[in-house]
Amino acid sequence: MDTQLLLELFILLIFLVAARALFLIHKTTTGHSKYASSKRKSPCRTLVCAGSGGHTTEILALISTLNPEKYSPRYYFLSNTDKTSVSKIEELEKRWKNSSYTLKKIPRSRNVHQSYVSSIFTTVYSIFYTVPLVLWIQPDVILCNGPGTCVPVCLAGFLLKCACVKDTRIVFIESFCRTKSLSLTGKILVYFADNFLIQWPDLKKVIKRGDYVGQLM
Amino acid sequence: MKPKKVFVTVGTTKFPKLIDKIVTEDVLRLFQSLGYNFIQIQTGKDFYPEAILPKLSSYNVKSESPLVIEYNDLVIRFEEYFEDFDGEITSSDIVISHAGAGSCLDVLRKKKPLLVVINEDLMDNHQIELAEELQKHGYLYYSTCDTLGEALQRDFTILKPYPEPDKSLFPNYLDKCVGFV
Repeated sequence: MDTQLLLELFILLIFLVAARALFLIHKTTTGHSKYASSKRKSPCRTLVCAGSGGHTTEILALISTLNPEKYSPRYYFLSNTDKTSVSKIEELEKRWKNSSYTLKKIPRSRNVHQSYVSSIFTTVYSIFYTVPLVLWIQPDVILCNGPGTCVPVCLAGFLLKCACVKDTRIVFIESFCRTKSLSLTGKILVYFADNFLIQWPDLKKVIKRGDYVGQLM
Repeated sequence: MKPKKVFVTVGTTKFPKLIDKIVTEDVLRLFQSLGYNFIQIQTGKDFYPEAILPKLSSYNVKSESPLVIEYNDLVIRFEEYFEDFDGEITSSDIVISHAGAGSCLDVLRKKKPLLVVINEDLMDNHQIELAEELQKHGYLYYSTCDTLGEALQRDFTILKPYPEPDKSLFPNYLDKCVGFV
């Protein structure tokens, strides 16, 4: 094949990928991917982005209300600087019989109080670490609530969808702390999260497609 | 006399300004006038009593480790961190807390009167959002370090108990989204 043809094929591919990505973002942001298109009978392979500290406590409070047989196996991603999350997760999983779960430590994309500029570099590192892991797990659903680590995880989930490998559902639950404005993660995931759950009705003003179902915490 | 206890907590954050404010003669006298006789302070790391105690005109050191002092008839105990955090909250008559969501929820769920103090020195201060919202609903009061005194004199008996969350909401929602229902 001559280089001209290769180049043209490459450009075509880029266009196709871009078109697919834009289509998915459009579908997501207009709320057309809110509900699964077909009934599910098998358990959901679930990826939980636990992150650190308060985020972990919050998301585990929600996970604890789920039926563990429906959402199994579970993969927990937590940041490598986090010390308390591991014991919190183990405590929760102990309550369930025959629980099937895995813990994975991943580098943080942004530390609390880190400047936005330097966080670009840590994010790149975090992406290179996280994306292959998510591609290998191929989760049915990603649950996250806002630690920095969940951005690369959700991007990887989005990649799986783009490549038509897996119809990974991204569920973002905005933190209980956010009553009027979105977190940085929330602002990014507006474009990628199929389901955007908010805990205060006032946030509807900021994100129309956000779902408020009542008091979760 | 039945002890009446105040529990002050900064969580895992640093909030020296709050502790400085609590341990001033004005605030301590206010606590006494409100009938409190025991103040338990969870200080967090980097707490230097030698920087704040000299500001008090007179006090007795009752114990060095943990540091317990007596000011008039008021006993004040400082500790970096508590293993039995929930127990401390349960045994208190009022809790003064930093604005972290976790701490606020812990106290509200135990139906204890709560005053949240906003740390104005934090960058990207969205903490005030939550405190404001919870005060709007009448679950707690919030103040800054400067307005702590006035806030303490508010009527804590009219605060509403924080409702229990409905544990079926999230699974119902998620089951519908992923296609189980």
